[in-house]
Amino acid sequence: MKKEFTPRITSFLCKWCTYTGADLAGTARLQYPTSIIPIQVMCSSRVDPVFLIKAFLSGSDGVLIGGCHPGDCHYETGNYHARRRFAIVKSVFESLGLESQRLKLSWISASEGPKFARVANEYTEEIMELGENPTRKNIFL
Amino acid sequence: MNVVNDLRKTIKKLLAEKKIDLFVGWEKGSLPMAATPIFITNEDEADRIVFDITCGNNLSVYFTKDKKQFADKKVGIAVKGCDARSVVLNILEKQIDRANVVMVGVPCHGVLDKKKVLAKTDGREVLELIDGGDTVTLKGNGYELSSDRSEILSSSCLSCIYPDAQEYDIFVGEPRGEVPNENRLKEIKEFEAMSTSEKWASTRAEYEKCIRCYACRNVCPSCYCNVCFVDQNDPAWIGNTCDFTDSMVFHIIRNLHVAGRCVECGACERACPMDINLLLLNRKVAMEVKDRFGDVAGLDINGKPAMVDFREDEKQDFIMG
Repeated sequence: MKKEFTPRITSFLCKWCTYTGADLAGTARLQYPTSIIPIQVMCSSRVDPVFLIKAFLSGSDGVLIGGCHPGDCHYETGNYHARRRFAIVKSVFESLGLESQRLKLSWISASEGPKFARVANEYTEEIMELGENPTRKNIFL
Repeated sequence: MNVVNDLRKTIKKLLAEKKIDLFVGWEKGSLPMAATPIFITNEDEADRIVFDITCGNNLSVYFTKDKKQFADKKVGIAVKGCDARSVVLNILEKQIDRANVVMVGVPCHGVLDKKKVLAKTDGREVLELIDGGDTVTLKGNGYELSSDRSEILSSSCLSCIYPDAQEYDIFVGEPRGEVPNENRLKEIKEFEAMSTSEKWASTRAEYEKCIRCYACRNVCPSCYCNVCFVDQNDPAWIGNTCDFTDSMVFHIIRNLHVAGRCVECGACERACPMDINLLLLNRKVAMEVKDRFGDVAGLDINGKPAMVDFREDEKQDFIMG
């Protein structure tokens, strides 16, 4: 019997906005897939590129970074730095020939529980279509 | 020879006037193809200074890697275009105090890549090298051949647009001005035109050669963390083997660490014993930084390095939701 593919999406969620947003989605009893594996970070700019690579090496099929909307950062400018860094990481992934669709950044505020659920659903669907992370077998041993 | 004489005179003057305690430059190396860095503290030694096609080392690396030696000293340094950008970047990152550096700009016409020369001579030892402008004559045991300058220049020099120091205190010789380098992005464009799987195949073929000697890291003026992430073992982010996975992760992360900070001096590529095309990815990232953020590393001493700066209205086409 073929086992159904459940993606693993390691999500680095900012403590002040997205994580609270995910909480809200939970308390509001909104459905979102179990593929999301949340990790709380203090700020989206806390996410070092090495975390992303480590996540892929450890068998993630996708990575989601969640932060506050621009201008709303608890530390005022953290998400702007995260945005710059993310742009570069994505372009490096693209230029190496790795699948950059497996990297996502989203701004979700503490009051946007429904948005969190929607992003989680959409992203999971996208990863389902892409299939299992090929880097797990081919690229990263 | 004029530039070298002027350079020597300048150094003597600076040392005599006590404007600097130490000068960092190049001297003739024991091998014909490699000038050696030299630290000069008294005027008599200044005559050992040279500047030619073999002076490839980016001397600004000593500022960050040899901090003790330079502490509380006024240091003079000979800078080519790329070296000057490195120094500026280190000043911006608060590694050096601008007041403690005297930058002496030298007009650079490119430096050679030893590996390209050896390929040219089929691995035969080069005993003498005569720089005749457009052609360079290589002499060795029982052979003599001349080569086009562009054939043996480091690939970073072939794509260079800022051969002169943009920030300097004294400039020796004639500045060359900005070089309109049309071929600058040719290699990158070719790479970008490839399909995803072709890109990966070529990346893999290139980086599989890596033996993890860290020469690229050690020679890089932008790499100066006290503990590099590859040496860190708690948490250990990556394995310490030459396995392709581990070396690829090392290169990806190193690239991201120098994103917006790489001045494309090509020191890493020249230092690489395995002849990996390290600059391609660095230049690709530099191009991306310039396109997106309009920033070129180390050009503006009043600016900020790209990755610590931001604009509120930046392009964010990749945001989900």
